[in-house]
Amino acid sequence: MTTLDSSKEIKKNDSDVSEHHEDFRMFGLITFLIADGMTFAGFFAAYLTYKAVNPLPDGAIYELELPIPTLNTILLLVSSATFHKAGKALLKNKNSDTQKWLIVTALLGITFLICQLFEYFNLPFGLTDNLFASTFYALTGFHGLHVTLGTLMILIISWQTRPKEGIITNQNMFPLEAVELYWHFVDGIWVILFIILYLL
Amino acid sequence: MTISIDPQDSNTKSLQPKGWLRYFSFSLDHKVIGIQYLVCGFLFYLIGGTLASAIRIELASPMSDFMPRDVYNQVLTLHGTIMIFLWIVPVVNGAFGNYLIPFYVGARDMAFPRLNAVAFWLIPPSGLMLVASYFVEGAAQAGWTAYPPLSITTPQSGQIIWIMSVLLLGGSSIFGGINFIATIIKLRRPGLKLMQLPMYCWAMLGTSLLVVLSTPVLAGTLILLSFDIVAHTGFFNPVLGGNVVVYQHLFWFYSHPAVYIMVLPAFGLVSEILPVHSRKPLFGYTTMVFSIMGIVVLGLVVWAHHMFTSGTPPWMRLFFTIATAFIAVPTGIKFFNWVATLWGGKISINSAMLFSCGFIINFVFGGITGVALAQVPFDIHVHDTYFVVAHFHYIVYGGTVFIIFSSIYHWFPKVTGKLMSEKLGILHFAITFIGFNLCFAPQHWLGLNGMPRRVAEYDPQFQFVNQISSLGALLMAISTIPFLVNIFLSIKNGKDSGDNPWNALTPEWLTSSPPPVENWEGEAPLVEEPYGYGKPISQEN
Repeated sequence: MTTLDSSKEIKKNDSDVSEHHEDFRMFGLITFLIADGMTFAGFFAAYLTYKAVNPLPDGAIYELELPIPTLNTILLLVSSATFHKAGKALLKNKNSDTQKWLIVTALLGITFLICQLFEYFNLPFGLTDNLFASTFYALTGFHGLHVTLGTLMILIISWQTRPKEGIITNQNMFPLEAVELYWHFVDGIWVILFIILYLL
Repeated sequence: MTISIDPQDSNTKSLQPKGWLRYFSFSLDHKVIGIQYLVCGFLFYLIGGTLASAIRIELASPMSDFMPRDVYNQVLTLHGTIMIFLWIVPVVNGAFGNYLIPFYVGARDMAFPRLNAVAFWLIPPSGLMLVASYFVEGAAQAGWTAYPPLSITTPQSGQIIWIMSVLLLGGSSIFGGINFIATIIKLRRPGLKLMQLPMYCWAMLGTSLLVVLSTPVLAGTLILLSFDIVAHTGFFNPVLGGNVVVYQHLFWFYSHPAVYIMVLPAFGLVSEILPVHSRKPLFGYTTMVFSIMGIVVLGLVVWAHHMFTSGTPPWMRLFFTIATAFIAVPTGIKFFNWVATLWGGKISINSAMLFSCGFIINFVFGGITGVALAQVPFDIHVHDTYFVVAHFHYIVYGGTVFIIFSSIYHWFPKVTGKLMSEKLGILHFAITFIGFNLCFAPQHWLGLNGMPRRVAEYDPQFQFVNQISSLGALLMAISTIPFLVNIFLSIKNGKDSGDNPWNALTPEWLTSSPPPVENWEGEAPLVEEPYGYGKPISQEN
């Protein structure tokens, strides 16, 4: 597979000016994340509309407790910081440190998912009980899917940053940067979700 | 996570089959992908057209005697979905976008060639899945809008397959959109400024912004709808406390911009074709750019004009009426610019030009009825009647499909190096234009007199006008024959076109026809004035 580095070599070898471009992979990822964010925006808009116009039917239960989601918020915020640490370590060429910080981040993600499942099993309502229950599960579930994917990707890149044989190095930081941006995005979505679902 | 940003990847190149086989491969060449989109889309157009013919045969008589009513509903749903998601959106974006955009920005391929191939190869399986759903338990019956509670109460398997298929097609569309934005913004040849790009690039940039911002909302909505169907949640089911209007808002937040996703690229294509065949620069380049971006912004805030009969509050009606009426301004600017481009030009009457002029005529009709439909009192009167059907088809068939044909005639020599037969082309145009207007113009009258759409049976007083409409549909079906004959004959023994049969100045013509694998033998030319026709010193010979 060709990476950015080899395209730089082409530039050196070839006088053709149309060959060299700055790295636009991050640009593509940001565009994708905007699209992904719009999916959440649609869900949030639906939830807020329901809140404004659809009354909770008599006898329906929709109560949320704060402790677990607050813990989850802290977990994700800390995990963003640890991911940042991993990137800093890679810049200093300390691949084993990077790997350590990435595994810490992944563990925080897994803890988040376990807490989320624990919350699901202890809630007094199920998926089909009422409109708000359904919306709650859809929103948190869709976000949880993002956290799951993110955790998997972190585990993959932590394998790829292993010292000596790993393909992610100081010179090839894009995979790490891409997953980091995605992770911050998922984190940011959680903060909005926490405010809208639990605090409003 | 390494994405090849370099199409000259030596490993992948050797894996590419040569000759016609490459059109069936996971090719990374943007030109091959463009043709794949076009041919695949056209095959689905033939299926969708057959379904449309079935609808018009059914409507030739007031009773449902040609097919049962539930089959009519399935045919109607498949017709709408296939034509929108498998023909117009992929062809006018994917096919021409992939073929032309890298030329226009002076690149050797799209920004993300692999993503590009993935985006195309999502289409055939999801299209086949959609068509095959007819044989499962009957296809979806709720129309291409899939409004709940209808989509929840009709047979489920067809509806679920419909949702999965549209989700895949939406994913394909988003991947394509990301690719176009990255290509146009980031892959421009050094020295090429944004305001020097051919107009189609601007149209595709606007379209792709709409795709990226609105398609994910549809995806989310359809996921919720599938939960309602499979898991019996109540998001959109009033029986379980849900809210159908929320579905309509979310659906139209995508599906109104979808109209611009279908029409804006056509605006771009016609802006490429008219200057070439009238030998004049495109009139009002800057205003064209700003009106495209104006349409993008306004297009995102007009969706509720589809919902004036859904209990929308007065402030919402007022806002969406005004916003919709405003869209007429940038559209009108573009329209007058095209007429001004033609004005005083050295016009050559050929198939491409005829279809473009047909577009202008049809689009005025569709535009005028669009402004009329934006007005709440009028909209409430004709809501869900054939007036809406006529308006929509004037925009999407009379507008976009005419431009697709025009573009095929214009760029056929580029792709094959052969000229198409003008006689057959003009015959194709004449039958299409007469058939189209005969089919859809009477439907305005039907709608104003209250004939509801999407119903297999109707009041016998409408029979005569419906038969005129069906006659028009028959002509449209026949018009495909000279087109297909023309394509096959021209590929086989068409006259050699040379590299630049139209003496065009846009960058795709400044290489050989058909172009080499990496678009240019040497360096990509810097085209500062893609519309510099009629100047004393120009590249015209």
